[in-house]
Amino acid sequence: MNKRIILAMGTLLLVAGFAFAGGGNQTTPAAPPAAAPAVLNWNLAADPLTLDPGLNGASDGGDIISNTFEGLVRERSGEIFPGMAERWETSADGMTVTFYLRPTNKWSDGSPLTAKDFVYGWKRAIDPATASEYGWIWHYTNVVNAEAANAGEVSLDQVGIRAVDDYTFEVKLSAPTDYFVSLTAFYHFMPVKQSSVEAKADGAWAKDPALAVSNGPFKLTTYTIGGGLTLEKNVNYWNAAEAGLDIINVKFIDNAATAYTAYQTGELDFLNDVPPAEIPKLIAENPEFYIFPLLGTYYYNFNMDLPMFEDVRVRRALTLGIDRDRIVEVMASGQVAAAGFVPPGMPDHLGRDFFETAGNYGIPTDSSGVEEAKRLLAEAGYPNGQGFPEFVLMYNTSQGHQLVAELVQEMWKTNLGINTTLENQEWAVFQDTRKAGNYDVSRGGWLTDFLDPMGLLAIFVDGNAYNDPNYNNPEYNSALRRASTTFGASHFEALYEAQDILMTDLPIVPVYHYTDVMLSSPKVKGWDRSQLGGLDFSRASIQN
Amino acid sequence: MGRYFLKRFVYSLFTILLISSVTFLMMHSIPGGPFTRERAVPDEILKVLNAKYNLDDPLIVQFLNYMGGVLTFDLGPSFSKVGTSVNDLITSGFPSTATVGAWAVLSIILVGIPLGVISALKQGSSIDYSVMLLATFGVTVPSFVIATLIIYFFAGQLGWIPPFGLSTPQSYIGPVVALSGYSLSFVSRLTRSSMLEVLRQDYIRTARANGLSEFSVIMKHAVKNALIPVVTYLGPTIAAIMTGSFVVERIFAIPGIGRYFVESVSNRDYTTIMGVTILYAAFYVMMVLLVDIIYALVDPRIRFEKESKN
Repeated sequence: MNKRIILAMGTLLLVAGFAFAGGGNQTTPAAPPAAAPAVLNWNLAADPLTLDPGLNGASDGGDIISNTFEGLVRERSGEIFPGMAERWETSADGMTVTFYLRPTNKWSDGSPLTAKDFVYGWKRAIDPATASEYGWIWHYTNVVNAEAANAGEVSLDQVGIRAVDDYTFEVKLSAPTDYFVSLTAFYHFMPVKQSSVEAKADGAWAKDPALAVSNGPFKLTTYTIGGGLTLEKNVNYWNAAEAGLDIINVKFIDNAATAYTAYQTGELDFLNDVPPAEIPKLIAENPEFYIFPLLGTYYYNFNMDLPMFEDVRVRRALTLGIDRDRIVEVMASGQVAAAGFVPPGMPDHLGRDFFETAGNYGIPTDSSGVEEAKRLLAEAGYPNGQGFPEFVLMYNTSQGHQLVAELVQEMWKTNLGINTTLENQEWAVFQDTRKAGNYDVSRGGWLTDFLDPMGLLAIFVDGNAYNDPNYNNPEYNSALRRASTTFGASHFEALYEAQDILMTDLPIVPVYHYTDVMLSSPKVKGWDRSQLGGLDFSRASIQN
Repeated sequence: MGRYFLKRFVYSLFTILLISSVTFLMMHSIPGGPFTRERAVPDEILKVLNAKYNLDDPLIVQFLNYMGGVLTFDLGPSFSKVGTSVNDLITSGFPSTATVGAWAVLSIILVGIPLGVISALKQGSSIDYSVMLLATFGVTVPSFVIATLIIYFFAGQLGWIPPFGLSTPQSYIGPVVALSGYSLSFVSRLTRSSMLEVLRQDYIRTARANGLSEFSVIMKHAVKNALIPVVTYLGPTIAAIMTGSFVVERIFAIPGIGRYFVESVSNRDYTTIMGVTILYAAFYVMMVLLVDIIYALVDPRIRFEKESKN
């Protein structure tokens, strides 16, 4: 079953890939004079918190920013393309990365864009006074002194970035970092125009069409709180010739059923979200429905401080006791049953998929592990679950989480004879409870923002703020320490080793890997998506 | 009457103050804060954010600062829309909410009351039964079901109305029907039962015995008196409808303020919670005051002086 779903997803991805390739190759012929403008009606499904790249921390804001701004490079489906930088080079020791900017780069107001704008944008993002929610990401960039400057320990002048000249941007790293160049495609690393940023505080400039100067394929022309926004083609964009859309009307309709009806009546061409109940039908019938793997995992935390979860045999039995294929089948949104913590889509140093290569650690995703689970439980002194204390499975209030929890509850009961009660808490309350460790088993979910398994595995290092199970294995900690200071083969060997340790110790039960769904009208061609999730309409067009 | 009005006005201000204080206290006592995220914000950043929005001050200082702002009509910055003030949220969303709300209120009054009067006068007839059947339907079926059905049939299947927004006059039909459905049905049932009761009163018989025309008996004596409970119900209802509905605005994707009543709480967007609460409270006490004034106009037996003696 698992294989079939992966196959289905692969096919979908392939189809999507062809759609991209098709759109990309058939460059739209020069529009006939006086032709109607090419308009895309897109439902973003939410009113973004902010459109300021340095302050943003959410995917909806990221989707807009990836169309209004552009970083040094662009990443499409995991592949790196030139952005503001036409080329770049990494020194032999891997510690210096130099980006060469296109001298013709301009802001949407026509003023020249130089390496200094990148220095300003990056330092502003690092500056603790900016209080960017994404400040933590500098830890993973390995940019010299960036993390220390973000914590306010050293001055911004000591950060290892500089403009060698107007068109040369140089970054010094403290350790060679494989994913560094791809990371610069992420919204946090966009250039911003100082005069705009300072004109209206707290990112308000980015929602004010008069001030929102940007450097991407589109610029903001209207914004209505809670209603929508309009993007217009930025004629000053270096690759404007490839941009096939003149106007993008963005709506913030958060009720998926309403948006879906509007899609059916032709009022919307592109949806970021569809009603969950429609997904099985769309998978079967609509070739314009896409399911993409998201770089993240849905899991349950064992509270490792509790005596009842001390025995690894118990944790392994509970992990083997659930049929993850069935959960994924019931969810019916194309999710991939999780065999480990690292999701599909992360290439290692040999270009192999980390997820595939890592295997399943002897934990089948279907119910074939139940016999072993029973045996382990008996060995641990709880034959058929007898004598094992009843515990609480806690999740944050949502229909989806409830469904998964109910399935798991039933599987543990029927497969292992272990009783659980379900408890749910409102999201913000739940986060407090989980962080404080006031639970037996709790739901967890983690999405990463850069193309390296470290972005996931690092959260279970002792002392990490997101180490909810309070897991502490010195070997695991040291494997990750090694991974963070090496690159290439030794980096990935350390990561494979780390996941081995994690899946032997099982402080968590991986359940499934997240997916993202999208529905596009057949007339929208040539759109792209970055592996980190940002939608990219820079080469899209409308073909009726 | 002037003195009574002044006294009531001062009471209303106290009511709003009380509501604000209780809301302020309650929202600060629930776990989580405006910067609670799936990926928790690191402590250093959280400290900077809290200092920036003065969330590190003692509660009482925060409350006094906030109420000081309210007096100058400054509702503070929204936490969930960085760089946007709560004043902006309300001024940009209120016109849509209030327009839909005003049409809903109008249809409640202009459709609900006449339906109730007619079915009372035709008690037991097929008109009465069909009006009451419809009214029962309206009271029992929740607005989200009505809204979803309207979108599915009239927007999706028939294409008569746009599925979202307020772009054309037709686009108001869905939200107005969904928003007024419950209250309209309730008002027609209330009017009907109140009318039936009034029609049995002695003074109606007296009026008829005095030879007044049936029209004048109904309009001048019966309806006017039957409306007292309706007016009582309508006051607070108008306040609720004019400040929008989370469900209706969400389903029809109307950029109004109704959504903030719910969203601000789950976002722990403190200033927005306070802003919309104060707006609703002010509307509410104003309507209650208005209802009291209308009482006196409708029913001569109620006089202000009588109450103000207590």
